[in-house]
Formats: sequence, structure tokens, C-alpha cells
Amino acid sequence: MRNPPSESASSNGFAFLIKNRLHHALSEIGDAFRLLAETIFQIFRPPLQLDLLMKQLLFIGFNSLTVVLVSGFFTGMVLGVQGYVQLKPYAVEGSVAQFVSVSVVKELGPMITAFVLSGRIGASITAELSTMKVTEQIDALEVMGTNPVKYLVVPRFLACSFMLPTLTIFSTFAGIFGGYVAVVSLFGFNGDFYILQVQNNLYVGSVLISLIKATSFGMAIAAVGCYKGFSISTAGGAEGVGTATTGSAVISLITILVLDFVLNHILFNILGMI
Amino acid sequence: MISIKNVRKTFGEKKVLNGFDLEIPRGETLVIMGRSGCGKSVLLKIIAGLLAVDTGEVWINGTEITKLKKKPLNQIRRKIGMLFQSAALFDSMSVAENIAFMLDQHTDLSQQEMRKIVDEKLKLVDLHGVQELRPAQLSGGMRKRVGLARALAFNPEIILYDEPTTGLDPVTCTEINELIRDLNQKLQVTSVVVTHDMHSAFSVGTLMVMLHEGRPLAYGTPEALINEENPVLQQFILFGAPDQILNIDNPTLKTFTGRETQ
Repeated sequence: MRNPPSESASSNGFAFLIKNRLHHALSEIGDAFRLLAETIFQIFRPPLQLDLLMKQLLFIGFNSLTVVLVSGFFTGMVLGVQGYVQLKPYAVEGSVAQFVSVSVVKELGPMITAFVLSGRIGASITAELSTMKVTEQIDALEVMGTNPVKYLVVPRFLACSFMLPTLTIFSTFAGIFGGYVAVVSLFGFNGDFYILQVQNNLYVGSVLISLIKATSFGMAIAAVGCYKGFSISTAGGAEGVGTATTGSAVISLITILVLDFVLNHILFNILGMI
Repeated sequence: MISIKNVRKTFGEKKVLNGFDLEIPRGETLVIMGRSGCGKSVLLKIIAGLLAVDTGEVWINGTEITKLKKKPLNQIRRKIGMLFQSAALFDSMSVAENIAFMLDQHTDLSQQEMRKIVDEKLKLVDLHGVQELRPAQLSGGMRKRVGLARALAFNPEIILYDEPTTGLDPVTCTEINELIRDLNQKLQVTSVVVTHDMHSAFSVGTLMVMLHEGRPLAYGTPEALINEENPVLQQFILFGAPDQILNIDNPTLKTFTGRETQ
């Protein structure tokens, strides 16, 4: 038998929960955009501490190069194998280099690099900043008259925004090379023809799309990583650091996917880039 | 020097400070006591400008700081040194870099001049030869001393101590208490010490305030507070302080707390 009061109570409880979650999510998005606005404001406020920026550029760029090259290379190999096998029944396997290069340059190069960096750098930024928050190091910075956004967020934001497109270039070359190795060694594809096809299908517009995407992903990774690091409460402890770090990696990945869709729509549909 | 007027601060539903008033005269060492979670550290963070008040005013050296923008607030903060509960040393820097941080950020001093100041401040807190060590290589007591040296680097007029003896063994606690007392006498600074360690409170304080339900329950010299008849205060002191402290005229106690026998 149905029990109307209890059902009503349960539905009210559910509505309350949804309302609370929504309120929390909107308030977090608001805070994240506030931090982003303050970061952009601080970028243009001298002095820019070049030593801090160099340290982050090295950490993000140099330390991520190997993993980005390896992931790019194997992504290209997978594309080469899949492309060749899928195109062969239609007797157009000769277009495999075009398939690999266009996919890698416009989509997979920036995407794979962003995925690797969101797990590696985004999570590391959150873990570092949230640990600083919990151990009152960020409070100490403020008491000593140093703006934590200027000192901690700006170098990370700039370094991510600059290093992600740089690493994407490496990842893209590794991907095209991976495709070359796969189709030449496994299917006896003509190597010179592969290179010629890549050259014929590599447009300045495609490279620009790749770099715009990569820069946007870099900004998103740094913004999410720093926001999640700063948003933890001092009383959060080790558990709070763990939750913030996991949350940062998940939110970064979702943000990259959403941003990729939005950018594809703007760049291809609205601006008509190829 | 520090004046707190009708300060209110709530976190969600919890009223932490409920119309709090307090005056801290120049050169005094005020100890803020109270049970865990009563808002002692919140009060200290409000004085340091780390937390905003809901209503009320905080005056430091004649300037009301609660409505100040970042830049003028940072000017005031340069006159304040703070020792955090966990010392809050920057893990990625050496001891010397930690102490020189403020000088590096806000002055044009040369590396040599900064090194000289670092050595001088380390000497003040009785540490030698630790300049190149990382915070992870230091013991709890040493970390507090380095934190204190960092707080002193800019020659502050006010020093804030958040639970300076928490997590330390009794011998190190006594050493830190002596250090705080010596520094206050040597440098003639105004100090605010948050603690629930009665040994520490009676050892360093020249003034004391007991925080209870968001308001000052009792305020005065240590001797005056001992003689207060408020049961909440007496219970707090009775459970926290060593037995002998309850009779302030006891000469053994005076020696123990560093107060000379009259």
C-alpha cells in the first residue's frame, strides 16, 4: 500500500539534496571563475617573477616530455593500424597518412597531451597547493604580505598555457612518426608516399587549431588544479588533500572534453576553419 | 596598540566571536586562553588580517584594518610577525630561504645582506649551522624556532603566536617559553599568544584573557586571573595548570614560571 506522506517527505528530501548540490556546484564554479579573473589580473600586474615561471616551465615541460612523446607515438601507431585495416576494404588504404596526420594534428595531439598533463601536472598542482593550504603555508605567505595568487597561481597558469601547446607539437610529431612506423613496418606501406601525404595535408589552419585547443586546455588544467588546491579548508587534512587531488583530475578531464566540443563547434562550424 | 571592538564572526550557524572587545597595550604579552574550538585561532587570524570579520573593528597602531584593501593591509602586515601552530615553513625552501623570504619579496637587499640578517635572526632563536637544511630535516622544536626567526626577519612590532608549544615535549616546551619571554624583553614587541597550555600561558603572559562563548570571560594580569572567582575560569586553570600555580605566592612557582621572587 502506498504511503503518501512518506513519499512526499522522501521526494522533498530528494529535491532538497538536488537543490543543495546545485547550489554547491554553482558556488564552486563562481569561485573558480573569480580565481581565474584574479589570476589574469595578476598576470598584468608587475613584477612577473621570472625565476618562479622558469621553475614551472621546467617542471611541466621537461619532466612531461618523455610521457607525452611515448603516448603520442603509440596513439599514432594505433591510428596507423586501425586506419589501414578500416580503409583497406574500400581500397583507399593509401589515404592512411592523411587519416593519421589530420586526426593527430586537429584532435588527438592536443587531446592526448592534455589528458596526460591533467593527470600528471593538474593533480600535482592540486596536491602541492592543498598541502600548502593544510599546513598553513598559504596563510604564512599572506601574513608576509605576498599575494598567493600572484606567487603560486600565476607561474603555474602561464607555464601550463605555454607548455601545453609546446608539448602538443612534440606529441603531434611523435604521433605522425608512430603512424609511419606502424604502417611501414607492419603493412609494407611506402614510407616516402606517407611523408608526401602528410606534407600535402598539413595546413597552417590545422596547426593553428591544434595550438588554440592546446593553449585552452593548458589554461583549463592550471585553473582547475589551482582552484581545487586553494578550495580545501585548513582543517581538511590528508583526506582533504586526497579528495581535492582526485576531484581535480576528474574535473580537468571533463573540462577538457567539454572545452574540446565547444572549440570544435566555434572553430569548425562558426569560424569555418579547416 | 591593538584594539578589537565589538567583533562578530560566524561560521555557518556557529557564532565563534559574539561581540568581542579587547585592548592590547604596546609592549605587553597577552595570552588568549580557552577551550578547543572556542575561537582563539580565529581571533589571531582576524588580527593578522587573514580572516574577515562579520561586523566590528580591529585597530592596529591607529589604523582600522578590517576595511583596508590588499595593498595597505600588506603594509600593516609587514609590522606583524606570526608563528603558526605547525610553523608553516615552506617545504621547497631551505631554512635560510624561509627566513629571507620576506626580505627577498619586499626589499632590494643584496644576497650578502640577507645572509647577514638570516644569521642574526637564527642567533636570536639559538640556532646555528642550519641555514642550508630543509624543514623536513628539522625537529619539531627547531621548526618552531625557524618559524620564529622568519617571523622576526622584518623586525616586527607585533608578534602573533598560534599554539607555540603544541606537539612539543616538556623540555622543548619550556625552552620555547623561555625563548618567547626573552625575545619579548629584548625586542620590546607586543605579543599575542594563543594557547591552552597553562604552563606556557603563565610562563609568558603579562596579560591574559579567557575566551568563552565568543566573549572575553576574564581579562587581566595572571595574578588577577588566579584570584578571579568565576567557576568556568577556575575550572580551566585548575585542570590545565600545575598544582603550584594555583598559589601564586609560592616561591617555587615563581622560579618555575620565570618570575623572580619578590
